[in-house]
Parts: sequence; C-alpha cells; structure tokens
Amino acid sequence: MELLVASAIGLMTASGIYLVLRLRAWPVILGLTMLTYAVNTFIFVSGRLAIDMPPILSVDAGGYTDPLPQALVLTAIVISFGMTAVTVMMALGAFLEAGDDRVEMTDAEDGK
Amino acid sequence: MSLALIAALPFLGALLPGLMIRSGRNACAIATGSVTALALLGLMLNAPAVMRGEVIEARFDWLPVLGLNANFFLDGLGLLFAGLILGIGLLIILYARFYLSKSDPMGQFYTYLMLFQGAMVGIVLSDNILLLLVFWELTSLSSFLLIGYWKHLPEGRQGARMALTVTGMGGLAMIAGMLILGQIAGSYDLTDILTQKEAIQASDWYLPALILILLGAFTKSAQFPFHFWLPHAMAAPTPVSAYLHSATMVKAGLFLMARMWPVLAGTEAWFYIVASVGLITMVIGAKIAIFKDDLKALLAFSTVSHLGLITMLLGLGTPEAAAVAMFHIINHATFKAALFMSAGIIDHETHTRDIKRLGGLRHLMPVTFVIVTIAALSMAGIPPLNGFLSKEMMLEEATHTVWGGLPWLFPLLATIGAMFSVAYSLRLIWHVFLGPVRGDYPHKPHDPGFGMWAAPALLAVLVVLIGLMPMLMVGDLVAVVAGAVTGEVVPVKISHWHGFVPALWMSVIAVVAGALILSAHKRLDAIWLAMPRPEAKAMFEAVVTTAARLADGFTNRLHDGALTRYLAIFTVAVLGAGWLAWRAGGHIPGEREMLPVPGLALAAWLMLMVCSVLVAVMHRQRLLSLVVIGVVGLIISVGFIYMSAPDLALTQISVEVVTIVLMLLALNFLPRVTPVESSLLRRGRDLVIAAAAGLGAGALALALMLRDFAFPTIADYHLANSYSGGGGTNVVNVILVDFRGYDTFGEIIVLGIAGLLIYALTEAIFRGPANRRLLDWPKGERESGDRHPMMMVVAARLALPLTIMVGLYIFLRGHNEPGGGFIAGLIVSIALVTQFMASGFGWTQARQRIDYHAFIGLGVVVAGATGLGAWFADRPFLTSAFGYFRIPPMEKFELATAMGFDLGVFLTVIGAVMLALSSLSRIAIRAGETVNLEPMDTDPSQPKTEER
Repeated sequence: MELLVASAIGLMTASGIYLVLRLRAWPVILGLTMLTYAVNTFIFVSGRLAIDMPPILSVDAGGYTDPLPQALVLTAIVISFGMTAVTVMMALGAFLEAGDDRVEMTDAEDGK
Repeated sequence: MSLALIAALPFLGALLPGLMIRSGRNACAIATGSVTALALLGLMLNAPAVMRGEVIEARFDWLPVLGLNANFFLDGLGLLFAGLILGIGLLIILYARFYLSKSDPMGQFYTYLMLFQGAMVGIVLSDNILLLLVFWELTSLSSFLLIGYWKHLPEGRQGARMALTVTGMGGLAMIAGMLILGQIAGSYDLTDILTQKEAIQASDWYLPALILILLGAFTKSAQFPFHFWLPHAMAAPTPVSAYLHSATMVKAGLFLMARMWPVLAGTEAWFYIVASVGLITMVIGAKIAIFKDDLKALLAFSTVSHLGLITMLLGLGTPEAAAVAMFHIINHATFKAALFMSAGIIDHETHTRDIKRLGGLRHLMPVTFVIVTIAALSMAGIPPLNGFLSKEMMLEEATHTVWGGLPWLFPLLATIGAMFSVAYSLRLIWHVFLGPVRGDYPHKPHDPGFGMWAAPALLAVLVVLIGLMPMLMVGDLVAVVAGAVTGEVVPVKISHWHGFVPALWMSVIAVVAGALILSAHKRLDAIWLAMPRPEAKAMFEAVVTTAARLADGFTNRLHDGALTRYLAIFTVAVLGAGWLAWRAGGHIPGEREMLPVPGLALAAWLMLMVCSVLVAVMHRQRLLSLVVIGVVGLIISVGFIYMSAPDLALTQISVEVVTIVLMLLALNFLPRVTPVESSLLRRGRDLVIAAAAGLGAGALALALMLRDFAFPTIADYHLANSYSGGGGTNVVNVILVDFRGYDTFGEIIVLGIAGLLIYALTEAIFRGPANRRLLDWPKGERESGDRHPMMMVVAARLALPLTIMVGLYIFLRGHNEPGGGFIAGLIVSIALVTQFMASGFGWTQARQRIDYHAFIGLGVVVAGATGLGAWFADRPFLTSAFGYFRIPPMEKFELATAMGFDLGVFLTVIGAVMLALSSLSRIAIRAGETVNLEPMDTDPSQPKTEER
C-alpha cells in the first residue's frame, strides 16, 4: 500500500512540476493544484498509514491514527482553495487586461 | 508615575493631534502640549528620588526567552536626557504652534513630533538594550517623517532620505554590536551589563562590539566622517531642527556613549577612536560653520562641532571629563535650541536665512537680537555665560591629554576649535544684527508675537542663570549625572575663576584669534570659495546610485520576468540540495511492514496515476483537463476515507466542488485552449526536471512511511486529552478549535483576506482596459438551450433547506464526529452556489440580504471574541471550557465554548468562498450575462403566450 501512495505522490508531483513550468496561466494553475494534492497527501502520510483507525475516540476502537497531520492538512486544503481562487482571479485579471494569459513578462513590459 | 507610562505617554499622545486638529490649531497644540507636560510632571515626581542617588525601575516581561523585556530604569543620566527631551519638547510644541503656517498640516506635524518624543524617551529610559534598539530605530523613522515634513520640497525629501540612510545603517551596525555585547555579558539588561567591565574588556569580541556600537553612535550624533547628513537635514521646518538636531536626536549617540561609558571606556581603543573622532569633528565642523551663509547651515555645522567636543570629552575616559561632557550637554541644549528657534524667527520675519542678505536687524528686531546675542556669546564661550564655563573645563581637560606621546596636540587643536567657534558665533551677531539697516530685505522684519519668542527667551534666561550661578542651578544635577555615567562619585566644582591656568590663556587666545578671523572674514571667504571642497551630497548620491545600479543589475539578472525560469531554477536547486543530503548520509532500508493492497485500492491507484498523467498531457484542452483534475481530487478524497481520515475526506470533496465551480466560471472568460509555444527541447527539459522531482518526492514519501517515528509524537497527548481537556471525541476537530486554535484563528484570517483580495481584484478589473474588454465581450453566444432548466431550479430550491440542515448537522456534531466549522461552511456554500447555477446569480443575489464581507468580518470577530472570553476566566487566549446540560425531555447534551470558535470558522469559510464565487459572477454580469427576473426561463403557472 505504501508503495502505491508513494508512487502516486511522486507522479502527482511530477505532473504538477511539469505544468507549472508551462508558459500560460491555466496550466500553471492546474500544476499548482496538482502540487497541492501531492503536498497535502505527503503531509498526511507523515502520520503513517493506518486503516480503520479514525481519530474519533470511542470505547471499542482498536487504535487511533495520528490526528495532528490530519488537522494540519484540513486547514491546508481550505487555504489552498483560497490560494487557487486568488491565482485564478489574478490570471483572469491579467488576461482581461493584456489580452493573453502568458505568465512570462516580455522585455517591453519589463521596462528595459 | 511609572516609567513605562512616561515612555508610553508621548505615543498615546501621538493619537491626539489627529483628533484635535478639527477643533482648531490652538486646541491641538494645547492637547499635545499637555500630554508632554504630563509626562514631564511624571518624570519630575521621580526626580527627588533620583537626585538622592536612587535608581527607579519598572520591569515587564515581554519575550523573556529572547532576553527582550520591557524593562525601564531611571538614573541621573536618564533623568537629564528625559528632562531635556520633554522640557524642550514642550517649548518646541509652543513654538511650532506659531511657526507653522496655516497651509501646513499641523496635526500631522504634532503626531510625528510625539512619535519622535516617545521614541527618544524610550531610548533614555530603557534598561534592556534590545528594547533600546527598537526605540533607536523608531527615532530614525520618525525623524525621517519630520525632516521630510514639507513633502513638496525636494531638499526636504532628499535630506530625509539621507538622514534615514546614514542613521539607519549606523543603527544596523549597532544592533550587531549590542548583540555581541549581550552575548559577552550574558544578559541584555543594561543594569547587568554595566557591572561587567572586566569581562567585556577582556573579551576578544570587545573591539568588534565597540566599533559597531560606535558606528551607531557616530552616525546618530553626526560625527566625522558621517557628519554630512546633519546640514542636509536642515531642510526640515525649524522646530524640527531645533528639537532633533540640537537638543535631542543628535544627542542620542552621546547618550549611548555615556550610557556605555562604564564598560566600554577606559581602553586605548576607546580613547584613540572616540577622542580623535570627536576632536576632528569639533575642528572641522567649526571651520565649515565660519563660511556658511545659511543661518541654519551655520548652526548645523556648529552643532556638529559641539557634538564633537562632547564626544571628545567622553573619549578621554576620565570621570572628570565625563562630568564636563554632561555639563556641556545641558549648556549646548539651552543655547543651541534658543539659536535655532531664533533662526526660525529671522527666517519667518525676513523670508531669508542668507546671512549675506541680512544685517542691521538689531533696530528692527530688538527682542530677537537680545536672545541671539546672549545665546551666541554663550556658544562663543564668553564669560560669565554657561558656554564659557564648560568650554574652560574642556580646555582644562585637553591640557592633561597626551595623544600618541604628543602632549601639545590636544591642547592645540582644542584651542583652534574654540577659536573657530568664537569666530562663527560672533559672526552670527555681527553679520545679522549689527551694521547699518538695509533697505533690501525680502520682507520688512519686526519682532514676532510673544508666543513665538517665549520659548527661546526662556532658554536664554537659563543660559544666563546657569552662567551666573552654575552650582546652584545645575551643580547637583551634573554631579548626579556624572555619577550615573561613570558609576563613581565625581566631585563637581564649577567656577568662573581657576586662576592663571593654561586653560585661561588658551581661552583668551581663542577669543582674540576668533575676533581676528571675523574681521578678516571677507578675504578668508574669498579663499574658501575659491578652494575645491568635497561636496558630501554629491558623494553620497554617487554612492547610493552605484549601489542601486549594482542591486538593479543583480536583481535583473536573477529576475528577468520569466516566471518559469525561477521555478525551474528553484526546483533544480531543491533537487540538488536533496541529492547532496542523500549522498552525504548512508541509506538503510525502512523496516515498517507495508499494508496489504486490496483490489479496489489498486484500481483507484491506477485511475489516479492515469489521470495525473492525463492532466499533464491534455492541459491544452482546458475544459477536459479540469474534468480530469476533478477525478484526481475525488480519488484523493476516497483515499482519505480509506486511510482513516473522514474529516479530510469531507473537506477535500467539498473543496473540490467549489474549486471546480470556481475554475469553470473563470474558464468562461479565458481561452479554451492553450497554444503550443514551447519547443520540443524545452518540453523535454521540463519533463526531466519534473520526473526527477517526482522521483524524489515519491522516494522521500516512501522512505518516510517505511520508518517508525524517530521521536515520540505528540499524537498521544492529543488523544489522551481530547475528551478530558477539550470535551470532544473528534480529535482532529478538537486540535483545530482547541489545541491549535491559535493556528486556526490565523488561518481563517488568511482565508478571509484571500476572499477580500479577490473582491479587490474584481474591483480593479472593473476599471481600466479590462473593463472595456469585458463590456465588448461577444454576446448572445448560447451554449445550452435552457439557461435555467425548470427541473434543476425546482430541485435546487427543494435541496436548499435540506442542504443547509445537513450543514448545520455537520457543524453541530463536529466536536465529536467527523464534521465541524470548515466542512459545514463549505457545504452551506455549495448549497448557495447551487442556487446561483440553477436560478442565476442576479436572482439569488437579490434575495441574499447579508453581504459576504460581513460574514468574513463576523466570523473573525466571533472566533476572536470566543478566544478573548477565556481571559475573563483568567485563562490564556482561546482556552476552551465545556459542560454537559440536560433540558428535559431532551437527552443530555454538551455545550463547549469551542463551538463559538467553530462558528467563527464556519462564518468565515462561507464568507470567503462565496465572496470568491460571487466576484466571478459579477464579472459575468459585467460581460453582458443577463440577469433573470424570474427564476425559470418558463413559468408553468402562466398560460403560454407564444412559442419560443
């Protein structure tokens, strides 16, 4: 199981990195989303994998998984929505302003 | 009055002028002045004890771990300086009321002035050197505001920038020096440091610390070669010059040297650096002052010279010299502040400060003439005024000083400095007031009203009184201050007649030679003007320009505007670091046993892998890639359920929904396809980087999961205390709202800011070229037959109360079962967004009575207020309390304060998510999306009028 999770994290990272290296805003946003998935999963599994051991206290539970990474990842998921929304908005604004959604500055825009 | 309160009063007072300026300039000045007067009164109440030799303290722990505490103490030295700062500050407030013209924003001026005053009082009362550094930087910042007060004048702006650069750089050096000093002494409290002379002077780090601290002091007190900023700071309004550049800020450096005197002074390094720099500054400053035609420039260079004199005295390292230094600080503050204010009066009345255009003013401005004459004669060192007394004592100390085996060097240079000082002081009287009355003043001068000359006149009276009765007026004070500086009892005896000692002859020579220089001023001035002189401002500008060009070049080379390039460099750098770390350590395979893989998990994994690849492959078809990435998100939610994280699964799936909706809305206005732009080579390069990064991340994750925890986790603590301490069985939720509540509080604030930022961005889009593009958006592009299908509208309306009920249920059970504020907020947002989609944004918005900004604000306030509630029970911020209640016939239920906090989270999440989505909808409406008045395209209750 660990091998599957690790390979998924790896592939999501690779896909994310490849996408953020593209030249247009849309793939960069997709890439950031993929990276968010990968990073959140990575933080989550730092509590090690556990099946059927949710951190909900009860008398007949056999054990509990580590709740702390879960709490961290929970807020991270919500914050990443905020981050995605802001980048989407910036991309949209840039596109409406300039007429294309390139992420690179041209020399003319750089003021050189 | 507590010392902390005295230091805080000016800061509190800084708020007043802004409020009071509406009630008029007099009310504003009185309000500001009364705060300073109150602080002065508080100080004076402490004075008797200090004069008895006691040290008054006030201590508050702030960040004890860092050694940064709000510790204040008041001894003689602090009393002298705080008295000067507050006393002269009071006079300046009075003077500024009459000096500033109607067009100057007076409220602003007083606010800056009070900020500065607070910072200065803070410096002289601080016991903790880190606290002192904070105040020290504050004086640099507030003086920047004051010097640049006349924003329309380029000299003002340039002068302010120069002062900030020079004193700021010195301040940075001083921070380093103070940290070293604190490390040597093992404490950051002055009272501890000052007892460790031997340890500090024996340390190898003594010299670096000394040089760094002196850099701070020399830049602040305008010592050679940093003296050049002070004359340029004279572009400030005269009250500022009088306050900052004669009486207080430039003396902060002297204060620091005096404060550190017990531990830093007495070594050869101290003597050769401090005394030499002081002497050079004294002579050079005085020489330049003779040839300055601008009244304020003359005074500025004379200030530089006198600061040099005091620095030199401190540098000698003997208690007697230190006592003289303290005496001269008092004298200089009185006569120089009076002179500055008088210069301001002359400028105010004649509309010029150019000495060459003045003369003969004694008949026109008799009061100002008397004030200036008294103060200038004191500056020249003419008996019996106070300047004479301290100058004699200075010359006396100089005669005992042997510099590098040369007994004549110090006395000679000190006499030359005194001679120059006589020359420029007399010139001030001669060339401005004496001589014939001229007919070509830019403005016909006369004495100003009492309010304006009251402050300098009071100081001139002090000059005379201290001069006539030094022991009665300040004898005790100087003794106490000198005792505080040196840490030993210094016998102070100030008198006019010491007998026919060398100092007397030096003084006589200085006066006679000074008068001769003045008589030959015309010829000397011609020579001076013909001589090449280093222009400090040009040199400074050249240095700044070069530094800026270098920084620009460096930055431009790294940041050429190519985002992808930085990201590639960044990724490769991280990979490189990881590679190095991996190579450096040995690798032992992990020992944790892997969990078995059920068939379903394998299928999900396969789908995830395929979709991850597909996102990258298909990213050019934007809509399709969005669908695929949605699948990835869903599988991750499922994965969370499988791996015992129900809360995460709920959060992930609801975030997924709103994210996809948001991106769909945005995609409406973005190109539908991404063109092929990068070359094959480049794509290959990116693929290699991405593959390497993926491999690294995956390997790291695997290595982590195959090992047990290296350290005991705090999970056990959380599990053990969740119910007993936090009152909840859902440990994840208890961590969010209780154990790490502060964290969550910060996070909802970030989320709220993100929501507001999106709103602000939308507002920005509505202006400028983007707006035109939106208005020109091609209309009538119908992509589906029904905009609002009836089935969907009805279903969504029915679902709304149900979904909100589910949201509330999830919210309420969150403390004990999977759920909570975050998830509930997302679910309710989804319920509302569904209405957008079914009935249209405009229709929904018309029925939405509360706006989303209020949700965000309310959420943060509710969460914060819940946290504050703990204070009333004497517990730290965000401590939660809970209890169990029973209201028949219901079951026993729990109430926890954490629920209030979670409510705040809930509200903020709704506000931020909805603000983001509604912003996009507003863009759509701007682009010509029609707003439905009716919820449905066709209303079945109405008879069909026409075939659509």
